[in-house]
Amino acid sequence: MNNFKEKAMHIVFAVSACISILAVVLICVFLFANGIPAIAEIGAGNFLGGKVWKPSNDTYGIFPMIIGSLYVTAGAIIIGVPIGILTAVFMARFCPKGIYKIVKPAIELLAGIPSVVYGFFGLMVIVPLIKQLFGGSGTSMLAASIVLGIMILPTIIGVSESAIRAVPESYYEGSLGLGASHERSVFFAVLPAAKSGILAGVILGIGRAVGETMAVVMVAGNQAVLPEKLTQGVRTMTANIVLEMGYAADLHREALIATAVVLFVFILLINLTFSVIKRKTSNV
Amino acid sequence: MNNISAAAIPAEKDNSRTKAIFSSKVQSALLGGAVWLAAGITLLSLLSIIIYILYKGIPNLSLDLFAPEYTTENMSLFPALINTVTMTLVSLLIAVPLGVFSAIYLVEYAKRGNKLVTIVGITTETLSGIPSIVYGLFGYLLFVAQLKWGYCMMAGALTLSIMILPLIMRTTEEALRSVPDSYREGSFGLGAGKLRTVFTVVLPSAVPGILAGVILAIGRIAGETAALIFTAGTVAQIPGNLMGSGRTLAIHLYALWNEGLAAEQSYATAVILLIIVVLINMLSSFIAKKISK
Repeated sequence: MNNFKEKAMHIVFAVSACISILAVVLICVFLFANGIPAIAEIGAGNFLGGKVWKPSNDTYGIFPMIIGSLYVTAGAIIIGVPIGILTAVFMARFCPKGIYKIVKPAIELLAGIPSVVYGFFGLMVIVPLIKQLFGGSGTSMLAASIVLGIMILPTIIGVSESAIRAVPESYYEGSLGLGASHERSVFFAVLPAAKSGILAGVILGIGRAVGETMAVVMVAGNQAVLPEKLTQGVRTMTANIVLEMGYAADLHREALIATAVVLFVFILLINLTFSVIKRKTSNV
Repeated sequence: MNNISAAAIPAEKDNSRTKAIFSSKVQSALLGGAVWLAAGITLLSLLSIIIYILYKGIPNLSLDLFAPEYTTENMSLFPALINTVTMTLVSLLIAVPLGVFSAIYLVEYAKRGNKLVTIVGITTETLSGIPSIVYGLFGYLLFVAQLKWGYCMMAGALTLSIMILPLIMRTTEEALRSVPDSYREGSFGLGAGKLRTVFTVVLPSAVPGILAGVILAIGRIAGETAALIFTAGTVAQIPGNLMGSGRTLAIHLYALWNEGLAAEQSYATAVILLIIVVLINMLSSFIAKKISK
């Protein structure tokens, strides 16, 4: 009896462990099965390279959205990466203990704030600010980049901080012993050694930015055209799905799922890069 | 000749050395300043978000917002609040046992070099990187469309439980691994079987770690929007059962924006959402602190 129970629970545990595999397989199957036929019907070139998205004419080109996602992510990186890495350096090497106790939970909280709240804050504060400074409607690529730049901070700070902390103390001490100041030792001896860990954090941040939906929809303006200026509206792939999925039918609906397929492939590539770099770091 | 050069060279050297020291001091000061500035910007962004939401939201809180029914005159957030609690409970009820059981398998049962462990590791890593909108679309395709459930709480809860599964698995795995082997050996030595050892010795001492993960998961569920719009739907009522549609607080905030009305209610919803998330975060770091002690 006891033996049977042991065996049965062993199987239950093993089956539970397989659920995550099942989930990934199901997600791939459902997305690809519903999205690929649409890409085939529209034509891969027309779909990925088409510059016009007009569901009413059955014209589905997501090139502006791909570019939109890339632009907004690049903007977020330009804003978030320098601040994030420097804050990580601060946390690991400059922060007095008393302040650390406050700052660390604060950064964790930044990660916990829901994306709709970020979007709402962006809509109420950042968008009017841009409107005042640059004219136009304010909902723009710039607004989306700023909001996303703040949103990816905790990811970059968290990963970079542990990468910096993982550098052996002897690097820092050796540099100090050669007469370099604290700042120069941290930046020229410790930081280069943490390079690939920091890169992994940045890539994780890129993944967050590409996949972010709600905050972007609320502040980006969502025009499905190629943007020319920072202060112009832009639509990302994620926004495209959220905005139209509610009422789309037939080929339009499938084209939206195909957009998700493209997004999914982007994310898989980003994750793959992340895990390759992470594995490399843990081997060293 | 010798004497002259000997006297001249140190003087020249000194000059370039003071220069080098000076420029390295400037550089150090600049680097130090940049670091403090960046940390300041990070904190300032957090503070401005929190203070703005509190400042605008608290004056808009009123008892009317907690009326049991949502009507067009009184956009009560009470149904959304109840739906958020229901959604959290149902998602946890599905994901926590699954996540804990898988972690038990990976840590306690699987042998070293087991292929399944590697594959599960890769898939959980993949799952944790998938954006919530993709989860939402998947949930829509499988539960709403394929299984013909329509928009319902159950579809939302199942979608969310897949989403939080990697988080629970990872935290539980870490918690189980940090239980010393002597506990297991002691239990085996007293004649307990594997199953008994896991449930009465290992799991109880891993509870705080698991709990910290569960609380993080609650935070994600409470704030989730993109995965729920096309699964749980946006109906602003408390559904009679899990097969009915209902919006959570985060969707409520999005829907208010989408319908383009009710700034006051939006502020109030944002502040309630923020307070919930802050409380959850405090609770989780409190528990994490207890573990490290």
